[in-house]
Amino acid sequence: MVFKRYVEIGRVAYISFGPHAGKLVAIVDVIDQNRALVDGPCSGVRRQAMPFKCMQLTDFVLKFPHSARQKHVRVAWEKENINEKWAGTRWAKKIEAREKKAKMTDFDRYKAMKAKKMTCRKLEEQYKFALGTGSSSMN
Amino acid sequence: MKASGTLRVYKLKKKSSSRETVYCEQVFEKSPLRVKNFGIWLHYDSRNLTTAGAVTQCYRDMGARHRARVHPIQIMKVEAIAASKCHRPAGKQCHGSKIKFSLPHRVLHHQHKPRFTTKRSNTFF
Repeated sequence: MVFKRYVEIGRVAYISFGPHAGKLVAIVDVIDQNRALVDGPCSGVRRQAMPFKCMQLTDFVLKFPHSARQKHVRVAWEKENINEKWAGTRWAKKIEAREKKAKMTDFDRYKAMKAKKMTCRKLEEQYKFALGTGSSSMN
Repeated sequence: MKASGTLRVYKLKKKSSSRETVYCEQVFEKSPLRVKNFGIWLHYDSRNLTTAGAVTQCYRDMGARHRARVHPIQIMKVEAIAASKCHRPAGKQCHGSKIKFSLPHRVLHHQHKPRFTTKRSNTFF
């Protein structure tokens, strides 16, 4: 298995648990084996030490020198348009879908059930039609 | 019975021109039967954000590596030093912009969600 995402200066990470769970940060410096100095100027995370355990590395890497000031991190972040790029990834979309599902009310679940039933029925009709027009269409 | 914890100390005489060892002699403690208090000045390289954090790390490290308790340790001086002055390789490897490493074998954070399972969890991310 080849590693593709490395801890490096400028790597954007997603915080998986803790007080800033769900936000993106950039690794500004590595303190020691377990911690990094991170900063999320465009995601509302103050510059602080954060253990690698609660970080999940993303595919994005920014360009700035180690221990760069927040201003430079922000400039690099906005230049790469990380917030938009992140929102377009499947990872972020899955998180959003999960959150939406958790917020579902009973009425939402009813609507989802009805919509699923309708699509299933339509699919079944098409399937039966395909069968009906004879083996020619199936084979 | 030999005194506990005897370590052999050797004194080396080096040739001044070529720095080669010319003479090696065991050195004995002048008063081995007297109890003395030794104060040891340490240089502890700690890579940290705050002074308090660095001192805490020092105490923890002393306790872990040398079973030293708090009472016999006296911190003489704490100073933030330039990266070039650091000696320990463990701290030096975090210096600079070129640091890059992967996070292998990521152990699950939610160890008890689920506590029992039939499939082995993924550790490669």
